Amino acid sequence: MTNKHTLSVLVENKPGVLARVSGLFSRRSFNIDSLAVGETENPDVSRITIVVNADSSPLEQVTKQLNKLVNVLKIVELDAAQSVQRELLLVKVRADRAQRGQVLETVELFRARVIDVAPDTLTIEATGNPDKLDALLRDLEPYGIKEMVQSGLVAIGRGSRSITTGPALRAA
Amino acid sequence: MTRPTPETLANRVTPATVAAAVNTAPAVTAPVATTGAGALVRSLEALGVEVAFGIPGGAILPAYDPLFDSRVRHILVRHEQGAGHAATGYAQATGKVGVCIATSGPGATNLVTPIADAYMDSVPIVAITGQVARPAIGTDAFQEADIQGITLPITKHNFLVQTADELPRVVAEAFHLALTGRPGPVLVDIPKDVLQAQTTFNWPPALDLPGYRPTLHPHGKQIREAARLIAAAKRPVLYVGGGVLKAGATDGLRKLAELTGMPVVTTLMALGAFPDSHPQHLGMPGMHGTVPAVYALQKADLLVTLGARFDDRVTGKLDSFAPEAKVVHADIDPAEIGKNRHADVPIVGDARHVIDELIAAVSATAGGVDQYPGWWSQLNDLRERYPLGYDEPTDGTLAPQYVIERIGALVGPDAIYCAGVGQHQMWASQFIKYEKPGTWLNSGGAGTMGYAVPAAMGAKVAQPDLQVWAIDGDGCFQMTNQELATCALEGIPIKVAVINNGNLGMVRQWQTLFYDGRYSNTELGTHKHRIPDFVKLAEALGCVGLRCESKDDVDKVIQQAMEINDAPVVIDFTVGKDAMVWPMVAAGTSNDEIMFARDVRPTFDEDDL
Repeated sequence: MTNKHTLSVLVENKPGVLARVSGLFSRRSFNIDSLAVGETENPDVSRITIVVNADSSPLEQVTKQLNKLVNVLKIVELDAAQSVQRELLLVKVRADRAQRGQVLETVELFRARVIDVAPDTLTIEATGNPDKLDALLRDLEPYGIKEMVQSGLVAIGRGSRSITTGPALRAA
Repeated sequence: MTRPTPETLANRVTPATVAAAVNTAPAVTAPVATTGAGALVRSLEALGVEVAFGIPGGAILPAYDPLFDSRVRHILVRHEQGAGHAATGYAQATGKVGVCIATSGPGATNLVTPIADAYMDSVPIVAITGQVARPAIGTDAFQEADIQGITLPITKHNFLVQTADELPRVVAEAFHLALTGRPGPVLVDIPKDVLQAQTTFNWPPALDLPGYRPTLHPHGKQIREAARLIAAAKRPVLYVGGGVLKAGATDGLRKLAELTGMPVVTTLMALGAFPDSHPQHLGMPGMHGTVPAVYALQKADLLVTLGARFDDRVTGKLDSFAPEAKVVHADIDPAEIGKNRHADVPIVGDARHVIDELIAAVSATAGGVDQYPGWWSQLNDLRERYPLGYDEPTDGTLAPQYVIERIGALVGPDAIYCAGVGQHQMWASQFIKYEKPGTWLNSGGAGTMGYAVPAAMGAKVAQPDLQVWAIDGDGCFQMTNQELATCALEGIPIKVAVINNGNLGMVRQWQTLFYDGRYSNTELGTHKHRIPDFVKLAEALGCVGLRCESKDDVDKVIQQAMEINDAPVVIDFTVGKDAMVWPMVAAGTSNDEIMFARDVRPTFDEDDL
């Protein structure tokens, strides 16, 4: 059983808030696996999605400390089964004429897209959950990965309920 | 003096109530055209600020011009660290927000230590710092420091003000944050061009803190569960921390203690929350706590923890702390609950509300002091066998404990005592008897040497009619005594008892006990060379300097100091260097290993349990 937890943190959209949140993790010796931040449907509110590897008791402590930050509005833990989780991957793969067909086949298989073409490389865009992107990378690896970049994970709860109306993660 | 009451805490959501909390009538003012600096000073006035401690400099200079004409008294200190600790002393002596002001760069970084100190001890202070003008930020400009970034982990919150228009709101929010919920330091960093910009001052501003909602009222179910555990307990202890003092809950605490008959221990931060003379008071727990207090926690079957945080100096080795106890843990900060020790009954709320509701819930079942006869007979036996005490030095030197004991006896429980950090601090916690809240100020969490003199200055400004005694060490005193010049010039007649053993005494004690007596860098030369001569130093700083070297003179010198009220007084009590603080739980060991004196372990009769 993995100890990975996905936290959605709603914060005031103000300068310096990301530093407060990320600083708190490092100060309390937590390693952030992935972090993504962006505006929400309300421009005054940003949403930070943090994937953190921790046991439940230290996680509770860091959640409580996050809740103490004045700019933090709400924290919700998104369970993998109850949410849709996606990352974005851009990868530049070696693909000369001989290899190109096989690479394109892999792209097709993973429902990824080619977004740039050069004589000896293809640049591929893929979204998916981290497992799918890992599998894609494994398949592309033999051709030679020249460069890759990944976004942090973003996640949203399944169903019609919105995070702003649902219950917060606020232990006693 | 007005302490914030839970009623004001509960309702403090508008600037008007913030203003009430700092003891002034909220006034709606007509809009006034002014500068950012003018808006800052007007905001401080509107919030009822009486005094600010600070030093001007380039970036903060615009603020000092309107401050010149303001009814806010500005006390010009000699070092910004002094301003910070003075603000803390002022806040701890009154329950109001303490204010300190510094310029950008080194002025601001000199506030870092007192801000960290106030953060560890949850003291409401607001630090106002100048910053280089906005276009210069990030260019490594002269006297630029990212003080917002630097103080991120040691403030409850901090602000970098972006426009003059938002200054009143930010200042009001800073005071509100500092004082409400779990109190703490808040820093407001203001660029010079913002101070100089034109604006319209409007008061009161609307606070905009959507993410800040401290929980004040405890959950009824948790209170009932706590009451059930109290009723079922055979060996309960009320473990009381500084949160009870901050909530102004000391009357309720006494009622709860007497109603239930539970023994009480008060932590270093809570001395004065429960009278030392009260028969149910076992004293302070922890590394240098009393044997009965430490034992009571270790053997308890229930800890009723109010506004305390299971600090390592209280628990000793955590996994052997109070092994048989269930824990009721009440704190206004949910993050403290379960942080170090699992809470069987977590209660989030203001200590005053928690205590009032506990009183109501236990009233039906509480049986008073006779409820735990077996428990009390064990504890009373320990009190008789292991009282606080000390041995007279055999080398004819003056015992530091005697000096401190006599100060407490002659000056009495109405005075305010401020300690530095080290042996003298522990002796001051042990041998002075505290009967009232707000009479013991010290640097508990951070352990900041040099705290005493400036904190005493702040406390004396807050409570000019009370005697304020700094109990300091010769090491601590040399870190911040420059503020005696401030005291002398500003008419702040504090007393400073320098417990001068010529050494960094607590470090030396550890070297004696754990480093085979190898005294690496702990001798200060204040005995051997009399450098500095504290009497001459005191006189140079505009104070009266006295010296006491023998037991026979102790009372006389203390009385002499008490009679001088037109100048600060410094007494150099030249004491022996070999005295040690006992009892002691060595760092990292279990509380069960408490030593009553060197090589003396208390014996506990296990059959009684």
